[in-house]
Amino acid sequence: MMEWLIGEVFAKYNYWVSIVLMLIGFYAMIAKGNLIKKIIGLNIFQTAIFLFFISLADIRGGTEPIVSEEIIHMGYVYVNPLPHVLILTAIVVAVATTAVALALVIRMYEEYGTMEEEEIIEKEREMGL
Amino acid sequence: MIEESIVYSYRPLLAILCPATAAILILLSSKRSNVRESWTIIAGILQFSLVASMVPIILERKVIECTFFQTMFEGIAFGFKVDAFGLIFALTASFLWILVSFYSIGYMRSLKEHAQTRYYFCFAIAIFGAIGIALSANLLTLFIFYEILTVSTYPLVIHDQSPEALSAGRKYFAYLLTSGVFFLFAVMMTYYLTGTTDFTNGGILKEGFDAGSVSSVTLAILFFCFLLGFLKAAWMPFHSWLPTAMIAPTPVSALLHAVAVVKAGVFGIVRIVCYIYGVDLMGKVYLVGEHLDLGLALACIAGFTMIVANLFAIAQDNLKRRLAYSTINQLSYILLGAGLLTTEGIRGAMIHIPFHGFMKITLFLCAGAIMVATGKKNISEMSGVGKTMPVTMLAFTITAFGMCGIPPACGFISKWFLCQGALQAEEIAFLFILLIASFLDVVYFFPIIHTAFFKKPEGVGEEIKEAPLFMLVPLSITAIFSVIFFLDFILRLDIISMYFYKLVELAVGNVIP
Amino acid sequence: MLIVTEHFPVLVIVISMLSAFTILIAGRWNKKTCLPISIATISVQLFMALFILNQVITRGTIHYRLGGWAPPWGIEYVIDAFNAYVLVIVLFICLLTAIYAKRSIEREQPHRIVPFYVVFQLLITGLCGITVTGDIFNLYVFLEIASLAAYALIAVAGRRALKASYNYVIMGSIGACFYLLGAGFLYAVTGSLNMADLSHLLPPLYENKVVQAAFVFFVVGMSIKMALFPLHIWQPDAYTYAPSAVTVIIAAAMSKVSIYAFIRVFFSVFTTEFIRIYVPIATAISWIAAIAIIVGSIIAIMQSNLKRMLAYSSVAQVGYIVLGVGLYSTQWGLYGALMHILNHALTKGCLFLVAGAIIYRYGLWNIHDFVGLGKKMPYTCAAFTIAALSMIGVPPSVGFITKLCLLAASLEAVEYAFVAVILASTLLNLVYFWRVIERMYFVKGEGEEEKEIRKDEAPMSMVLPALILGSLCIIVGILWLAGTETPLLPVVDHAVNALLGTGVVAAP
Repeated sequence: MMEWLIGEVFAKYNYWVSIVLMLIGFYAMIAKGNLIKKIIGLNIFQTAIFLFFISLADIRGGTEPIVSEEIIHMGYVYVNPLPHVLILTAIVVAVATTAVALALVIRMYEEYGTMEEEEIIEKEREMGL
Repeated sequence: MIEESIVYSYRPLLAILCPATAAILILLSSKRSNVRESWTIIAGILQFSLVASMVPIILERKVIECTFFQTMFEGIAFGFKVDAFGLIFALTASFLWILVSFYSIGYMRSLKEHAQTRYYFCFAIAIFGAIGIALSANLLTLFIFYEILTVSTYPLVIHDQSPEALSAGRKYFAYLLTSGVFFLFAVMMTYYLTGTTDFTNGGILKEGFDAGSVSSVTLAILFFCFLLGFLKAAWMPFHSWLPTAMIAPTPVSALLHAVAVVKAGVFGIVRIVCYIYGVDLMGKVYLVGEHLDLGLALACIAGFTMIVANLFAIAQDNLKRRLAYSTINQLSYILLGAGLLTTEGIRGAMIHIPFHGFMKITLFLCAGAIMVATGKKNISEMSGVGKTMPVTMLAFTITAFGMCGIPPACGFISKWFLCQGALQAEEIAFLFILLIASFLDVVYFFPIIHTAFFKKPEGVGEEIKEAPLFMLVPLSITAIFSVIFFLDFILRLDIISMYFYKLVELAVGNVIP
Repeated sequence: MLIVTEHFPVLVIVISMLSAFTILIAGRWNKKTCLPISIATISVQLFMALFILNQVITRGTIHYRLGGWAPPWGIEYVIDAFNAYVLVIVLFICLLTAIYAKRSIEREQPHRIVPFYVVFQLLITGLCGITVTGDIFNLYVFLEIASLAAYALIAVAGRRALKASYNYVIMGSIGACFYLLGAGFLYAVTGSLNMADLSHLLPPLYENKVVQAAFVFFVVGMSIKMALFPLHIWQPDAYTYAPSAVTVIIAAAMSKVSIYAFIRVFFSVFTTEFIRIYVPIATAISWIAAIAIIVGSIIAIMQSNLKRMLAYSSVAQVGYIVLGVGLYSTQWGLYGALMHILNHALTKGCLFLVAGAIIYRYGLWNIHDFVGLGKKMPYTCAAFTIAALSMIGVPPSVGFITKLCLLAASLEAVEYAFVAVILASTLLNLVYFWRVIERMYFVKGEGEEEKEIRKDEAPMSMVLPALILGSLCIIVGILWLAGTETPLLPVVDHAVNALLGTGVVAAP
């Protein structure tokens, strides 16, 4: 048991953290009735995936990936730069998604005067749409 | 099996393009009714002469092929193949189209019907479908035209656009498109089993059965899918769309529901029996034990339909509905002939296709003429019509005789063949069914004749008041032809109608060597 | 000139993006410049796509290294017959939609013409990007560009569209995140993101649970994006409440691109061997697809809103495509799927165009109000009828061809249940389309004399695209049927062979 814990959980804690975060985000997206909370859930979900990517790239004791003749000679290990690049792109995407979602919530608030999903559905029914 | 030499020609393609082109021209000249109707007639005449021009070639034991293109399925080409059997149907349908076009003009104008352009357009497309069915080289091509026929006749059936007509149309569509689904399944299954769907003398499924790769259960299921697919043959208990569809204008009922649509159904079943399964195989696949083979099963369905449809017919007062049940009955004669699997039976079945076409169309045209001239639809109101419309009722009487199998109309001949076929198959039961059905025919046709000629009319009006000539002439022509066919056969006059016999002879010779 | 044609794979994306900015600037100066710029751009793109297609067919797969970086480090654009085929379809639909959108948007969103065209061009950028890229992360980015544009376009309509769009944002983002997670898993085990490279690196790792999990994430993620039952819940609302022109492009073009990505990952990143042995998912997704076909059709029957009915019909149609994918091991399965991509783009595109035209002219969306429409809008209704018949599968329309292929595939796989599903769906389609056609043409209105009904068509720019798509339904149907004698089937033939990586599918 202990061995399993050490081998699978503590040694790979970064993965477990991102999985837990992911589930929290997923839960919020599905279960919360408040539109803003859903967006927050979405953000947590996305961030969890980013963390997962970044932790993939990390090498214990690795330096920044500015590769020169000298570094290779001295046998330094450097972290993988590619996931960072990817995640920078993904963050931009996530920000854009959040922005669109927030804009939608603002428009809905103007329209219905509430941010609760159930109240919106009720108002729609009242308006006979 | 007689070797057939193949002639390549575009004539079949041209023949089916006639109505298609006419349909477009009709749409374009929708504002000018005279131009519009002349397109129909020109296309009809052109088409008939094209079809007729193929007769001499076929009689020289040749087959006309016209492959349009290879489809994406290997072994299936989209194309036409004209053989003797297909040509019989094509000749009948294209000739009767000309007559019905004239009749339609008279009918539609007398009643000042609405949406005439749509009517003529759909009519032309329906003929396009019917001739396509007749000349198809394989099941896939046939299916395509079969569906076109179904869709194009829908607007004709609901022409009236009343709520009753719409619900009738829904029923019509539900029945026929569901059957199309079964047909499509059967086509693809055949392709899957044999790698081809070409109509071949002697059938294509036989090889697989003999080699043991196709079980008899599969073949039996497939056969019933085909039967359901050809629901246009209106066999019982899936017949009720046909009487319902009689809400259509009379020329539609006449051409489509006595010739094109229903004949497409029986034509398809005969095609399946003779050219996909093959007469040989039909007798070898047993449904139950060693007795009930597929042919017998088909004959049983047909026999059941013949008797029951006639009993229904007796109960009808609306003339067109009575004729519809009579059609259901007569179609089953054809199915019975095919189911007997004997030379005489199939000869009777094939010859009944044109003969019944000519006779039944006369009856429908008469019904329409009576409706236009007097406005009467029910038989009980028709007392004395024989006096005021002598020509119409004379034509009606002659062809009604033919329906019952009484000379001097050609119905006698096909029934004669069918009875011989039953004897040949040593199925005496079917001989009795044939005779009983013919007797029942008499039971429901003679009251009409009696009412028309011998009952005193309630009103006064004894003077002759026939329908317009546009309507009278076509129905006289078809009636005269019904008689000519008979005389031709009995007296060996060897005039024009002899071609039908020769074609049937050829087709039967190919199917059963 | 030669040098320019070499860069077509990237130019097809870049010019669309540049035109988005051009429209933004030019639109400030004069609103009327938006449409010509947009149409010109899409026309050029379509020309490029056709050129690429021709090149792929004649000379084989195109590999384009972005910025000259060699794969697997650099991003590579790989175009084989499948990409090129989808690209042409998508751009053609986009072109027709752009023409159509002119009047439609002027009426529905008069104040947002410029933003509409800007976002519209961005959407096309995303769609083209998904199609040409050969890199799974790059695909994610373009997927999100397209999705973001789509969220915005749907929300333009306001009111209920906001809610629809919001749901789409949430669902779509979950799908995209799943996809990203799958990509991350694959990167963790292989260190590569290039599709071709992955397909070489992965086979020894097929037993690895991480690879299998990645595959499942991909499938679920893409299923959300393409609205495969039961993950379709965002789709009916989005299709129903979006502006007419937007519905057309989302239903006809964007869903096709999502399906493209699904099939691409299925066969080009993973292989048939993986799907057959390690994650035997083919049977499962075939069954899901079969259920989608039936359930989608049945729900469609219950709708009275035309656009909503068509949306549920799309759920069923996606089922058709996925069914074909599930039957990939048969000769006609994947053919059927790829053909249906074109078929569905044409027919559904046409139907949504008509739905929009009816709303434009008469403001009608309830099927019960369509009485007599056949007389008032003869051309629009004719286009609708043809497309509906094609959807039902009446020969010789395109719908008939797919039905044939899928039937042949199901029979070959000896799956009679699927045969029954395909045939039953024909009848269900008939039921829900015939209600509409019957009302348009045959039901008589109350107290209306025939003479009184005047012809009052939607504007030419809206009717013409519908008519073009309607007539293509028939023409393409015949072209399919003519098979090897026309260029269409060989293209799909190339595409199928490219996907399956071999000559597994014998060319007919």
